[in-house]
Amino acid sequence: MLTEDVRLREGLKACMNCGVCTAVCPAAEFYDYDPRQIVAIVQRRDDREIEQLLRSETIWYCGECMSCRPRCPRGNTPGYVIQALRTLSQRLGYFVESEKGRQQLALKRLIGDNILRTGYCLTPRNILPELHPEQGAVWEWIYENDESIYGRFSECYGKEGAGALRKIDDESLAEISRIFEVSGGKAFYDTIEQHSERKAREMGYDGATEEYMMHTYTYNSENHY
Amino acid sequence: MRRASWQEYQKEIADNKYYYARSCIRQNFFPGSERAFLDILTNDLGVDIFDDPLHTSCTGIGYHSDVVPLETIMTVVARQFSLMAEAGYENFISSCITSFGIYNEVLATWEEFPETEERTRRYLREATGRELVKPRSIAHTSDIMFHHRHSIARRAKRRLVNLYTGESLRVVEHIGCHYAKIFPKSGIGGSEFPYVLAGMIEAWGGDVVDYPERRHCCGFGFRNYLVQANRGSSIANSHKKLESMAPYKPDFIVANCPGCAMFLDKWQYAISEMDGTTYGANGRGIPVLTYEEMAGLVLGYDPWELGMQFHQVDVEPLLDKLGVEYNPDAKYLGRDGKLIGRPRAVAVNGCGVELGLRR
Repeated sequence: MLTEDVRLREGLKACMNCGVCTAVCPAAEFYDYDPRQIVAIVQRRDDREIEQLLRSETIWYCGECMSCRPRCPRGNTPGYVIQALRTLSQRLGYFVESEKGRQQLALKRLIGDNILRTGYCLTPRNILPELHPEQGAVWEWIYENDESIYGRFSECYGKEGAGALRKIDDESLAEISRIFEVSGGKAFYDTIEQHSERKAREMGYDGATEEYMMHTYTYNSENHY
Repeated sequence: MRRASWQEYQKEIADNKYYYARSCIRQNFFPGSERAFLDILTNDLGVDIFDDPLHTSCTGIGYHSDVVPLETIMTVVARQFSLMAEAGYENFISSCITSFGIYNEVLATWEEFPETEERTRRYLREATGRELVKPRSIAHTSDIMFHHRHSIARRAKRRLVNLYTGESLRVVEHIGCHYAKIFPKSGIGGSEFPYVLAGMIEAWGGDVVDYPERRHCCGFGFRNYLVQANRGSSIANSHKKLESMAPYKPDFIVANCPGCAMFLDKWQYAISEMDGTTYGANGRGIPVLTYEEMAGLVLGYDPWELGMQFHQVDVEPLLDKLGVEYNPDAKYLGRDGKLIGRPRAVAVNGCGVELGLRR
């Protein structure tokens, strides 16, 4: 199944395990993370080991900056391998077996659903200051006065027309929705929800509720370093 | 060898007639920069650029958070390209670095795996009735600014020079990872020695700072920032860069990526709140600019019309060095000059009115 993903075919040809990818990897500096080992496991094609990876924390540490790609002397892209592993982990429902994997529910709801709702990955009203203290005092001021402040820079803030943060018209949003429908995007969202629902109940929640989603968004066991 | 190597990575950039695709992050955090880009190209340079109300997000943040599948983002990208063709344009330019990487990745994947292009055409037709027409050229908006940098220099009201010392300002340039690390040949200068921002800095009179972690990621890392529990990873990487550049005493940082410009600004605030460390002179932060803001200041635009009040780190110390005249009282006004209060003062912000000139 993994080799059906073109990113795996493009991202892994023959790895000599030199470790340059790990040397330049920002995630490897912070986490107990070694892309060289992940590529080695996938290259061995040992299904048991690969299934362990799909259930692990490890595959969720990468930030997909792709710093590994231009440095690999053999033209591999460990970041693409990670993308293929993460996609398969979600399709098979294994992502819910790790703390970092379970966060996919929060990403689906915070970013994924926003795309279908607004046509954008993010909009000012969903960058809540209480969830983003690092955005600081200026962001609080912008958030509280958004119409007046964005109105200085866009005639179309929240309205149809050309300009920053314009409202996407209904027909364009309908086209995006149909694209998600026919290309499997909606089914993928549903898969994330269904497996999260199952896991949430296993963990004692009343399903994949807002409370469970916020748990995945905020909880850090501190066992990742 | 180093300074010449960027010339090995050249790409053709169209002179005119651009289809403009906005960025999710930039319109949230730098709406003035997107407007300035359009104003500079249209009003200062007389270039034809189309701001299409019909395009949407490329969904790239969702894709790199691994919730939007490859097949889906390919079809969304195909729709953007179709809109460009329907509007009568061939040169697609992206305000976002993540999107720029996506557009290049999608085109390369269609080339390498033709069955994915066929599938995308089918999905696009079924979902929208539109036909995919590929662009003649793809560029990032910083490429466009680089391409016109000498025209801008000829119209400059000021140069990147310290008014008080007469010396060139010291500028850290930060290139978003997805500008050239995924497809080095798509970026001016490639991934090791990208020249896109350095070329602007040099053309406008500044000095480019070289420092050890110049090519390190800003730390965004998509899920490593978007999920609150993971943000330690994001700030740790920005911290590494800031610690590395600080000894070189940069006057400002300029970035060509929406996320990088925002994170290098906001994480300076967070670090100052966490342990009191600040990286600029006199206990303040290092201002972080977009390339439109840098170009706008060179061309004599008002800093508040450029949206520089969106920054968490004060820009006034830089404005003073450049000799920019500005009205401190106008910084935090709302639309139509409405008084809407001002952000509470913190370590890296709130120095504009009271500190005055700084060197």
